[in-house]
Parts: sequence; C-alpha cells; structure tokens
Amino acid sequence: MLPILARRVANIVPTLAAVVALIFLLFSVLPGSFVSAMNEDGRTAIDPAVMERMRKEMGLDDPVATRFAKYVTHVAVGDLGTSFRTREPVTKLISARVWPSLKLVFAAMCFAIAVGVPLGFLAALKPGSAIDTASMVGAISGLSLSQFWLGLMLMYLFALQLKWLPSFGYGDGGIRHLILPAVALGVGPMALLARTTRAAVLDVLNADFVRTARSKGMTETRVVEWHVLRNALVLVITTIGLQFGSLMGAAVVVEKLFSWPGVGSLLVDSVFQRDIPTVQGCILLIVTFFLVINTLIDLAYVAIDPRIRYG
Amino acid sequence: MRRLVRLAAIVFAVFGVAAAQAQDTPRRGGTIRMTAPYAASFGSLDPHATPRAQDDIVGKALQRSLYSWDTANNKPVLELAKSVSASPDGLTYTYKLRDDAYFHNGRKMTADDVIWSYNRIMDGSKGFPGARYVRIIKGAVEVEKGQAKEISGLKKIDDFTLEMTLTERVEPGYYFFAGTTAILPREEVERGNYGAYPVGLGPFKFKEHIPGSRVAAERWDKFYKPGKPYADKLEVLIMAEAAARDVAFRNKEIDTSILGPAQYVAYRADPELSKGILEVAEMFTRAMQFNPTYKPFADKRVRQAINYAIDTNLIIKRLVKDKAYRAVSWLPPSSAAFDKTMQPYPFDPAKAKKLLADAGYPNGFEFELSTSQNESWGLPIVEAIIPYLDKVGIKLKPKLVEVTVLTEIAMKGEHQAFIGSNLTGPDSLATLRCFYSKTPRTACNYTSFNNPEFDKLLDAAGEAADMAKRNDLLRQANNLLYEEAPVWFFNYNKAVLAYQPWIHGLQANPTEITHQYPENIWVDATSPAK
Repeated sequence: MLPILARRVANIVPTLAAVVALIFLLFSVLPGSFVSAMNEDGRTAIDPAVMERMRKEMGLDDPVATRFAKYVTHVAVGDLGTSFRTREPVTKLISARVWPSLKLVFAAMCFAIAVGVPLGFLAALKPGSAIDTASMVGAISGLSLSQFWLGLMLMYLFALQLKWLPSFGYGDGGIRHLILPAVALGVGPMALLARTTRAAVLDVLNADFVRTARSKGMTETRVVEWHVLRNALVLVITTIGLQFGSLMGAAVVVEKLFSWPGVGSLLVDSVFQRDIPTVQGCILLIVTFFLVINTLIDLAYVAIDPRIRYG
Repeated sequence: MRRLVRLAAIVFAVFGVAAAQAQDTPRRGGTIRMTAPYAASFGSLDPHATPRAQDDIVGKALQRSLYSWDTANNKPVLELAKSVSASPDGLTYTYKLRDDAYFHNGRKMTADDVIWSYNRIMDGSKGFPGARYVRIIKGAVEVEKGQAKEISGLKKIDDFTLEMTLTERVEPGYYFFAGTTAILPREEVERGNYGAYPVGLGPFKFKEHIPGSRVAAERWDKFYKPGKPYADKLEVLIMAEAAARDVAFRNKEIDTSILGPAQYVAYRADPELSKGILEVAEMFTRAMQFNPTYKPFADKRVRQAINYAIDTNLIIKRLVKDKAYRAVSWLPPSSAAFDKTMQPYPFDPAKAKKLLADAGYPNGFEFELSTSQNESWGLPIVEAIIPYLDKVGIKLKPKLVEVTVLTEIAMKGEHQAFIGSNLTGPDSLATLRCFYSKTPRTACNYTSFNNPEFDKLLDAAGEAADMAKRNDLLRQANNLLYEEAPVWFFNYNKAVLAYQPWIHGLQANPTEITHQYPENIWVDATSPAK
C-alpha cells in the first residue's frame, strides 16, 4: 500500500504544476483588471497616476513570464500571494472558507451515497419492477435538475411551506442549516450513483461466475453478499470518487444561493472583482482536493480488490 | 344602554391610542436583520479599502464619518463634530469635534484620528475610493502622489478642534459623509487585520463575521447619541440571490430586502407585502454614453437624434416595470441643482431622422454598443433599443461583456458607446465634473466631453461663495449637457426596499437605500427574532 501511495503522491506534483501554469496563463489573458473592478458604478474616481502606481505595485505591468516565475516561486513554498481586494494573505482568506465547504461537500456526498447506492441496488435486484422504474425516473430527473432551481424548490417547500428548516445561511454551524444546501448539492451525485450502482450490479448479476455460483446452489443473499457487492463496488467507488472530487467546484451555485460561507462564494466574488491571487488560490485548492480524493479512491480499490495493482 | 356604548367608545379610544403609541415609541432591545444583496461576500470591513456599496451596510453600523446624510432633509449634517465655522473666503473650516465619541476599544476620538484617517485614505499606493473626496483638502493630492507625507490643509488646534483648508469652495458635508471617509483608530488599523476585526465609532460593535454568510454586531453602550441604538443586536445577512431573498423575506427570516423589477411588480400586487415597501429616487443615472472619437458621435445632432429616436418611457414602463424614473438630464432630481422645469427628450422618430440627415447620415450608420447583462440597464434594455434605432436607420450591434470589463473599456475609451449606471449624487459640482474637459477618463469623463462653455460654468460654480448662485450655475451646466446630449438619458434608479411590519425607523436614503443609519431603527415585540 505504501509504495502505491508514494507513487500516487509523486503523480500529483506534476499535475498540480501543470494546473498552476494553466490557471496562471488563463487569468493573464482575462480582460478587466482589479483596478477597473474598483470603479463599479463610478464609485472610485481613480487618478491616472495612482492607477499606474497600483498596477506597478501589484506587478500587473510586469511581463507574464516574470509574473509567472514570481508566482511559482511563492506557490512552491505555500504562499498563494496577497488578495488585491482585502490586502490579506490568500491562504488566510481561503482557510476561513475551507471548513464550511468541506462540511457541505461531505454532507452532500453522504446524502448521495445513503440514498443513491441503495436505490441503485434495489432497482438492479428487481429489474423492470415499479421500484426500478421509479428510481430510474428519479435518477434521470435528479441529473437533469439545475441546482439553483432545486435549491429554490427545497427552500420553498421545507422552509416557507412546512417551516421545518431555515431557508438560508450558516446559522451557528449546526445541522439544521446544512440539510437543504447539502440535499440541493447532493441530488445530482445521488442520481448518478443510483444509475451507476444499478448498471454495475446488473452487470455482475449477469456474469458467468455468478451463474456458476447459483448453479452450485448458493442462495441469492449469499450471491449478493459474496460476489455482487465486492465486484460492483469498484465501479461505484470510482463514481463516488469522481463526484466527491468535483463537488467542491460544483458547490459554487449552492453556496451562493444558500449564503453558505464556502470557497465557492469566495471564488465567485473574486472573479467578479478580478482578485486574481484569490481566484488562483481557490481553483488550486479545488483541484488539489480533487486529486487527493482520487488518490484515496485508488487506495480504496486496492483495499477492496487486492488483484488491482498500479504500475 | 347609551352609557354602555359611551363607555365602550372610551375604552376603544384609550386602547387605540395606547396601541398607536406603542407603535410610535421606539422599543429597546431585539435584533435587526438586514440584508446585503449585491454580492456573495463583503469586499472588506475596512471602510477605507472598499469601494463596494454593499460593504457600507455594515459600515454604517460600525463606523462613522465626519458628516452623515440627513434623509429627512436630504442633506449632509455634522456627525462627529458639534459645530463648524467657515472662514470668509469659504476655504477654511474649523470643526469643534465631539468630545463624547468613543471607539469600540474604549478610546476617545480626537482630531489626530481625523488627520490620520484622511492621510491614510490618500495613500497613493492603495487607490482607496475615499481619495476622490479627500482630494478637496489642500495638500491631499501631494500625499497621494508621494510628494508629501502629511496633508498640509489639516491642522490640529487642540484635541477636539480641527482646521481644514480646502482647495476650492465646496460644501464639505458632501465630501465627508461617505463611509469610505470614516474615521478609524490608528492603533487598531496598525495592529493589522483590521478588515477582519473592525473597530469604529458606530452605534454597534463588531461581534462576528462569517465570510460569505453574515456579519453580527451588538449595541455599543458608549455611543454618543443618548438612548441609541435601540436594538441589542444587528445582523447583516448576505443574500446575493433575489429569489432566495424573496423566500427568506416571505418566511420572515429577514427584516429587509431589496427588490428587483420582477419582485417589485409581485410585491406591489400583494395586499400584505405592498404595505411594506419603501421607494426612493437614488442618485444613480443610467445612460448610454457616446464616444466622440467614433465619428458620428462627434456630431451633437447624431447624439440628440438617438435621444429622440427611442421611446424611453415605454422601455421604463414595460421592461424596467416602472422601477425607475425617467432621466431628464444628468443630475438626479434629488440634487440641489436639478432643474424641476426640465422636460425629457420626447419620442419623435421623424425629428431624429431629420437630425441624422442634417448631420450627413440620411441613411443612418452602424455602431457597436458595449453592454453588460444587467436587467435594468444592460442587454435586455439594449435589445429593446435596437428596433427603435433601426427605424431611423441606425444599426446597433450589442457587444456583451462582464461589468468589470465594461468599466475597463469605458476607462480606456475602447468603445463606440456603452451603457451603464453611474453614481451621480449628491454633490452636483462633483457629479458634473465627470464632464469637465480636464477630468480624465479613469476619473469618470467617459465621453471625453470637452466644451469650453461647460468648463466656464463649472469654474464659475467652483468660485461662487453663495450656494444659490452656485446651484444656478450648475443648473445651467446641467441644462447645457442636456442640449449637448453626450449620452442617451435613460433613467434614475428607483431603489425599493421591502420591509417587515415589525421594523421601524427605516430611512429613504437617496444616496443608497441600503445604507441605513441603524441607530434610528427599532423592532417591535412582534419580531420573530429575539
């Protein structure tokens, strides 16, 4: 297990380096600057000399290569730079947002797994039944619904009509405020998991070794326990990993809608204000999260099925 | 029987009066829950560092400036000074500062704090938005340019007496009421991390900021206005999404909400919600601004033709859902120099065609209009304009960009025309400076307006000691702008604040309706928030 872990970590480093370069170059060509973003609605009448001085001090007038070299040098030692907007270290801004984001993503994923996997299993065990049809209709709907619309509907139903939950905000950080955004974020992965689980289980159920097991007199419960679960789980875990990794980025809409204090809302505001160091930092965090989750999933494969080896 | 009826009438009258008084007498205690509706996060809680309107919602609770805006009388009034006297030449002001204003760290404010704060705002490496106001003090520009360390026009006479010398005759109240010119305690700012833990002079003391979600503050017992603030706590909840805000408001989770055009229609039509609507003509002018370097727009007749060609009233009614006032000039109606007799350009396509023909464009021309997605002054409006201009032969090609890019384009002059919203109040002189020939594009002269007659009027207004004379000159300048039509005069924003029945003391602040002085607000016992 340890050599595999070492190899995966070694793979992460060049991937991250490539991502850093890509993010930097993308934002170097993005039109609009922090200085112009300061003048929204004509609130800031900037003296041209001051504007020039600010651009110079922020390094915005340096050649891209110089800025890139400076940025990479800083990132290498964990310094993500200083926010143009708040003039605070980006690491500090992001660290204040990480925990709420993680909490939301984990809760959404827990919901997705808790509902999606059993639903897919049930559907696969009784193909063509009413439960199969209902769960697949639900899954397709879940994949098609926009998070924004779904979030609003959840607010409307559970907050405004039933008065069970608060409609927005972080509250005191308790579970009551977490439920609605987590469900809004988790419905998409839940639907995908239900479909994937159903397909994976059906695939295994129709496999030759399962037929052999049945012909040897193994009960259906034992077949599911011994063969189906383990074999189907690899595909299910892959889906969980991919969804988990991408949820941090996908949470932007939900965070904004529910006034959730996560990395997503920080990213949105930073983009609008051209606070490039913060934008770069947020994206880097999201990508790192994705890579780390994928590494953990790879390790989980090995734990589930020792036949899997990574070269 | 008659006696019984009389008794009942007396009982009803007494209880009725008592009930009415209960509604009129501010209640001490409770929580005010306001909304910050413009972005998903606050930019900074350091009032000097942020140019964003949203941030001053919290700013008004935590910070104070030398002046504040008196909404009832629609003018700036002294806030951190008890009195002020002006020299005969109208350039030097002597302030007797409050000796009862305490920062939230317990220290009394003195003249040094005012001087230090204004010097900080003029730090030219920071581009602080308040610099646009402080520049009026003698020697401030030198500090901004790094040629001096201290603003020479600020002099401490004693701890509570401050002398301020200006470079021209203006009413300083218009310059020093904005949150971006708040007076801060030096020691707290220099400690670092001020944006995260602000300490001010306001009626509420900072308690907690959950970035992207809310700011909480609690009553500052040493606030200098006796008996105020009324509420124990204040929460500013960040809710950038209008639909989510609507659900939360209807669910009674927030006390105030800003309405967009669609919500405005729905709330006005609702018998209950319509009882809690506060409207004000805010000091923002929405306009399509022409770049005269694009040849057709160098001709006044072309610019006027566009103003005649568009049925602006219909667009405001149908598209903006009446959530705006027709612009009749650049200055908004709440400006002192606004000419109430002015009439907007009428919808007259025939006249537009004639003007175009006279200008040498009988077959019209084509131009590109840079626009953002904004529902009140962006692409939907541009799409409505296209057929009107088409009828007089002008082909309009919209170029959709993000708001930040739009500002950059306007600042650099890389456009043929653009449509946007501009802060146009409350000081008429400062507002009209956006058309002064020496004002650069970066400092708001987006139309590169250059008219010697206009400059002369503005110079004369700057020299005028008498405010009535000054306003008259500014009125003439504004009327000249109307005639020159460097923009298509579209509308002035009608800001609409929805409020719950238990919240009282809200102010129809035309400088920005969300900027409420929370010490005047109170919530009655029916509020669901404890």
